[in-house]
Amino acid sequence: MSILVIAEHDNAELKGATLNTIAAAKAIGGDIEVLVAGSGCGAVAEAAAKVEGVSKVLAADNAAYEHQLAENVAKLVADLGKNYSHVLAPATTTGKNMLPRAAALLDVQPISDIIAVESPDTFKRPIYAGNVIATVQSSDAIKVISVRTTAFDAVAAEGGSAAVESVDIADDAGVSKFVGEELAESDRPELTAAKVVISGGRGMQNGDNFELLYKVADKLGAAVGASRAAVDAGFVPNDMQVGQTGKIVAPDLYIAVGISGAIQHLAGMKDSKVIVAINKDEEAPIFSVADYGLVADLFDAVPELETKL
Amino acid sequence: MKVLVAVKRVVDYNVKVRPKADGTDVDTANVKMSINPFCEIAVEEAVRLKEKGVVSEIVAVSMGPKQCQEQIRTALALGADRGIQVETDAELQPLAVAKCLKAIVDKEEPQLVILGKQSIDGDNNQTGQMLAALAGMGQGTFASEVNVADGSVKVTREVDGGLQTVELTLPAVVTTDLRLNEPRYASLPNIMKAKKKPLDTTTPEDLGVDIAPRTKTLKVEPPAERQAGIKVADVAELVEKLKSEAKVI
Ligand SMILES: Cc1cc2nc3c(=O)[nH]c(=O)nc-3n(C[C@H](O)[C@H](O)[C@H](O)COP(=O)(O)OP(=O)(O)OC[C@H]3O[C@@H](n4cnc5c(N)ncnc54)[C@H](O)[C@@H]3O)c2cc1C
Ligand SMILES: Cc1cc2nc3c(=O)[nH]c(=O)nc-3n(C[C@H](O)[C@H](O)[C@H](O)COP(=O)(O)OP(=O)(O)OC[C@H]3O[C@@H](n4cnc5c(N)ncnc54)[C@H](O)[C@@H]3O)c2cc1C
Repeated sequence: MSILVIAEHDNAELKGATLNTIAAAKAIGGDIEVLVAGSGCGAVAEAAAKVEGVSKVLAADNAAYEHQLAENVAKLVADLGKNYSHVLAPATTTGKNMLPRAAALLDVQPISDIIAVESPDTFKRPIYAGNVIATVQSSDAIKVISVRTTAFDAVAAEGGSAAVESVDIADDAGVSKFVGEELAESDRPELTAAKVVISGGRGMQNGDNFELLYKVADKLGAAVGASRAAVDAGFVPNDMQVGQTGKIVAPDLYIAVGISGAIQHLAGMKDSKVIVAINKDEEAPIFSVADYGLVADLFDAVPELETKL
Repeated sequence: MKVLVAVKRVVDYNVKVRPKADGTDVDTANVKMSINPFCEIAVEEAVRLKEKGVVSEIVAVSMGPKQCQEQIRTALALGADRGIQVETDAELQPLAVAKCLKAIVDKEEPQLVILGKQSIDGDNNQTGQMLAALAGMGQGTFASEVNVADGSVKVTREVDGGLQTVELTLPAVVTTDLRLNEPRYASLPNIMKAKKKPLDTTTPEDLGVDIAPRTKTLKVEPPAERQAGIKVADVAELVEKLKSEAKVI
């Protein structure tokens, strides 16, 4: 078996999600090769070559791949993917955008968001907002799989010494163009990789009050998340949403503040090791998953928490 | 221009589904079914484009058993002009759905196809991307803003790091994220009118599509249950527990 892992990167840095995806590839077993498709992404390819367990890095360095446009990258992945038994990408927005497109070009039914490998053709994945875990077996010749990164412990970023081979395919489908992006700037850790996450919900009342959470976060080295209600109300930007349709997190500690605990929110955080809930309503469903529940007004409890840390 | 919208019949988002005791399937007997929330947003976006004069006709498509006509009628009540049902009682996987939609796209030649980004039952997040691949169209997935200008569409996408904007040549595929719009409620007169709007049915065989499943669900099971923990009396006790019991800070 040979597995092609699609690297997640921004042309400058190899993202941690790639290491979790390589861990899933290891669980499947076989030769692991990594594709770095980008523009001016030489440093990323070098970093990928050092990752433990990688046998070869394919570097497709071309302007067509600069912004990870799915139309172009999927074509490349389908061209290369034919030679592998498995094609894996992290279930990030980039992976979820590109991978099904590549799968369709290969006439394969992809398997989304796997959380466990049972055998080379059988995987577990959550459905219905994580209320059900399905074990699915693929009969396609090539398995095309996106990986829920929080379900696999990252492999070591160092220790490997794979060769880097450049790939001379410039797939430009010519139907899409990158216009621009607004990326959130933050000195705090990335939500999906943080050891501690503190999230606020509608109970925060407004965006300014999130300052209370930022203060606690800075003491704990935590990332800050939010419920959909908080995002929809415009308190904070969309990239902070945790849940079924937002980001999936599984930190050592998750602190939910002013969040009721709708199943769609729980779907994004219930695999956290320790969950703390602060809510003034003792009946709030969030308490049914919390290891430590504090029934209190958040405007008293959060500032007090900050001073006691 | 013409827009095609895909609408899926799913278990209502308020229902907490459970696996059947024998682990063969999800228990959906007698549960409330609705239009997938993301598909409702897709219909709303099409209707708004029509209200702006950008779109002239909206065709709503659903695949599945007879009952999915209810969801097509919902789309018609929200403002779609006509419906197409691809009738089958067989299990449909996203690749098969995408192939059926591709066959309909070939016939109807819409300039824009709008789908939900994911359905809340399968949670696959695949169909739109696969349709775009098969039809050779550009894809604007996870859209929070859609602007059609002549010959192209600009789509602002919700991505992990924030927002990204792409421009696609028409015809193109768009999949909706939650913040694209807030769907309206269908009024009673519109629900009545929807009953008279045309709804054609076809089948995967008529469309020449092989829908044989490529994956098999071997088992479904509930996730590991989390035990509810304890209530702490105050912040001091919370900090103490996190330090000495949970050892996470
Ligand atoms: C298709 C679909 C997808 C969805 N995806 C997501 C998703 O990915 N993520 C997500 O989060 N949601 C998602 N939702 C929305 C979800 O159903 C809930 O509406 C949402 O999670 C509620 O957010 P909340 O808990 O902040 O707000 P609410 O439910 O309004 O809860 C606010 C809580 O704050 C408490 N509170 C208020 N004031 C205080 C105070 N002063 N001190 C302490 N506590 C206080 C209240 O007691 C209450 O429990 C989705 C919904 C749908 C239909
Ligand atoms: C254990 C199990 C058993 C199942 N058994 C059956 C079964 O017997 N019969 C059955 O029909 N399904 C069955 N399903 C569901 C089926 O597998 C999913 O419907 C299928 O995988 C489609 O995935 P998705 O909707 O998550 O696609 P996604 O890619 O998440 O859907 C995205 C968008 O595509 C469009 N779309 C998707 N499907 C349709 C559709 N049918 N019509 C119109 N638009 C659509 C919608 O716009 C939707 O928002 C079963 C699922 C499981 C887990």
